Amino acid sequence: MALDDLKTKDFAFVGTRPNRPDGLDKVTGRAKFGADAYAPGMLHGAILRSPHAHARILRIDTSKAEALKDVKAVVTRADFSDKVEFAPGLEGEFWNVLENVMAGDKALYDGHAVAAVAATSALAARDALKLIEVEYEILPHVTDVDKAMLADAPVIREGAADYSVPAGMHPNVVRMHESGHGDVAAGFAEADLVIEDHFTTEATHQGYIEPHACLATLGMDGKGELWCCTQGHWIVQKTCAALLGIETANLRVTASEIGGGFGGKTTVFIEPVALALSRKANKPVKLVMSRSEVFRATGPTASASMDIKIGMKKDGTLTAAEGIFRLQGGAFPGGPAEFTAMCAFAPYSLSNVRQVGYDVMTNRPKQAAYRAPGSPMAAFAVESVIDELCNQLGLDPIEVRLKNASREGTKASYGPRFQQIGLVQTLEAAKAHPHLSAPLKPGQGRGISCGFWFNHGGETSVSLALSEDGSAQVMVGTPDIGGSRASMALMAAEVLGIPYENIRVTIADTATLGYNDVSHGSRVTYASGLATIKAARHAVEKLCERAAKKWGIPVDAVKWENGCAVPSGPNAGDFDPLPLADITANMGQTGGPISGHFEATPEGAGVSFATHIVDAEVDPETGKTRVVRYTVIQDAGKAIHPTYVEGQYQGGAAQGIGWALNEEYIYGEDGRLQNSVFLDYRIPVASDLPMIDTVIVEVPNPGHPFGVRGVGETSICPPLAAIANAVSAAAGVRMRNLPMSPPRILSALKADG
Amino acid sequence: MVEVHLWSGLRALTGGLEVVEVEATDTGEMLRALTRAHPQLQAPIDAGVSVTINGRVIASGLTEPIPDGAEVYLMQRIRGG
Repeated sequence: MALDDLKTKDFAFVGTRPNRPDGLDKVTGRAKFGADAYAPGMLHGAILRSPHAHARILRIDTSKAEALKDVKAVVTRADFSDKVEFAPGLEGEFWNVLENVMAGDKALYDGHAVAAVAATSALAARDALKLIEVEYEILPHVTDVDKAMLADAPVIREGAADYSVPAGMHPNVVRMHESGHGDVAAGFAEADLVIEDHFTTEATHQGYIEPHACLATLGMDGKGELWCCTQGHWIVQKTCAALLGIETANLRVTASEIGGGFGGKTTVFIEPVALALSRKANKPVKLVMSRSEVFRATGPTASASMDIKIGMKKDGTLTAAEGIFRLQGGAFPGGPAEFTAMCAFAPYSLSNVRQVGYDVMTNRPKQAAYRAPGSPMAAFAVESVIDELCNQLGLDPIEVRLKNASREGTKASYGPRFQQIGLVQTLEAAKAHPHLSAPLKPGQGRGISCGFWFNHGGETSVSLALSEDGSAQVMVGTPDIGGSRASMALMAAEVLGIPYENIRVTIADTATLGYNDVSHGSRVTYASGLATIKAARHAVEKLCERAAKKWGIPVDAVKWENGCAVPSGPNAGDFDPLPLADITANMGQTGGPISGHFEATPEGAGVSFATHIVDAEVDPETGKTRVVRYTVIQDAGKAIHPTYVEGQYQGGAAQGIGWALNEEYIYGEDGRLQNSVFLDYRIPVASDLPMIDTVIVEVPNPGHPFGVRGVGETSICPPLAAIANAVSAAAGVRMRNLPMSPPRILSALKADG
Repeated sequence: MVEVHLWSGLRALTGGLEVVEVEATDTGEMLRALTRAHPQLQAPIDAGVSVTINGRVIASGLTEPIPDGAEVYLMQRIRGG
């Protein structure tokens, strides 16, 4: 449904590139992150974690730790609410989260929390952990998704499967998704070439620079304060209240500045534990994770095992596509199998398509969202097969994608018909880009890929207040993870007609504003932006009312132009424009303070597509791969602050390069994570990356007043495939397993002879 | 009447039907009517669903109007990352 007030051109502020409002604080160290909070009498918390991948907890003896003078509280699962009920699948998500933040009867993965201590210093707390005695009965474990589905795999939790899983499947398969349309068998019969192949991706961590940290205070009266780094403090408030058995409104949560999240900070890990310790000790408790704890016990993304079959005619027409996607999301339901399935073939118009996803439990940490959860691995598998079909049929990969591309009105692989979308425009921009025709050096290969993500709206509430001097403050509830304070200020400036620099945007705490959904789903510029525009328009209505009163004319005879109230036409009267600051200067005497507000759950996020071009070279002696050129082309709907949009494009590509080439969770035979520090878990650093070129395509989203589509997630959908296609071309052998680390490259070259 | 297209994984809960006709003028009414017609759909709806109306994704809203003749799909709940 198109908004009746869609504005897509003639912007004064939107589309400009002013300085970021948090820049000075961040470069001077003044910005306060999760671990930067202190309170009088504060204690320090530490968490004891299971060294076993799967073990029954027979006994926990905390008496020796509690006897220490410096120890003020020890908590185990008994210190959390017993009212949180188990339910199959995702229906029992509060129970799943509780079970993850503090183990119940069993430790389910290496690193699973089993007890926690609050002491007068961080060192004393860590020392006290060594005095807690835990008696385990070690159980068989499984960390591989395919092995977890075998008949003889150890069962992680009976009864966790929901309605969707057919009888007879292993209890570790907890959810299943199947969708599609047409007749795939008939479609494959029409094809001149059918390729069927198997692909795997490993779990990777979001790799945010700031480890989880919080400062919690919870009194015996059930009233609490929590400071934490999070992508969404209302979900923290709601979840912690449920897990601790207190009233939601009695817990005020304030979001700190955030050093990256990428989806990984959309849930809770240490916050309920710090609150439980504080309640027991009756003092504030600070809890900060080490990097090793972040790797072992917070959410990486799911790993995947995928079978893809696609049929193509000699002219490049796709005739049918089928995909089976198995995702493990750790020892809990929630692996994003349905998204992997639904996103897999979305870029293509297909008469015959079928996709099946399985959510499988293993003895690994509970997966958390990571930029477009589930979609990048699907694109890797599908776009690799499309690339191979083009190679074997001698077809141009851009032309084939253009021939089959989803357009407005195309029946999507997941069901409905697309509204206005920009995939074709990204492909046309790729075709015209000099990167695509630049010569390659010997040993180099080029790959392209498309990618798709849904984007999201979510509950949103924004308030805007004008000051007497004509400046404005905007209160939003979505933590700024990608420059949203700048884009909110630009959108408010556009409506109010006052300079960007005169608008300050603040992330309000949970006691100051209505409920706001998490900063996820690429939703903030879309949803908080929409709410900011509406809140500013609300304030403008009031400004026009004041002007109408002053001029003695009806309010509908006043309009707002360039920051001033003006008569709406010659018949309205002859009055000089009345600037905003002239109205607010005496607003206290003309009716009271002027503010605007908007709250809603916007339902028009608009899906998004991207096309990436990658050049890579492979050293056949060492197996080392280097990305030498990278171009991201993506539909932003409307880029509010283009520099931040380009930053999102580059960030998605950079993380995709890490996922494709080096990053992986490595488990030993004992089920323990072997690379839980950045020295052993290799994320790309600046010297690993080329300059990542960006092209912003703007096909307006009819669901946003300025046409915005979310941009944060789609940028990580094409890289795995585009890089794999480039590396496969450079190496001369199809790479089917990520990461394409040097040993894997050498092994593939050797197998190819 | 609204023709609601289901994802094919739900066929086992509707006696093999992938399209169900219900009387509804908004998304909330539609979901209630679906569970009245096919009680086994309560489990997937409780687990979380989204709806598309003429291609527009309604992630969770229960009050979105459904115009006459609209294309309507039930989808698993769209979430963010």
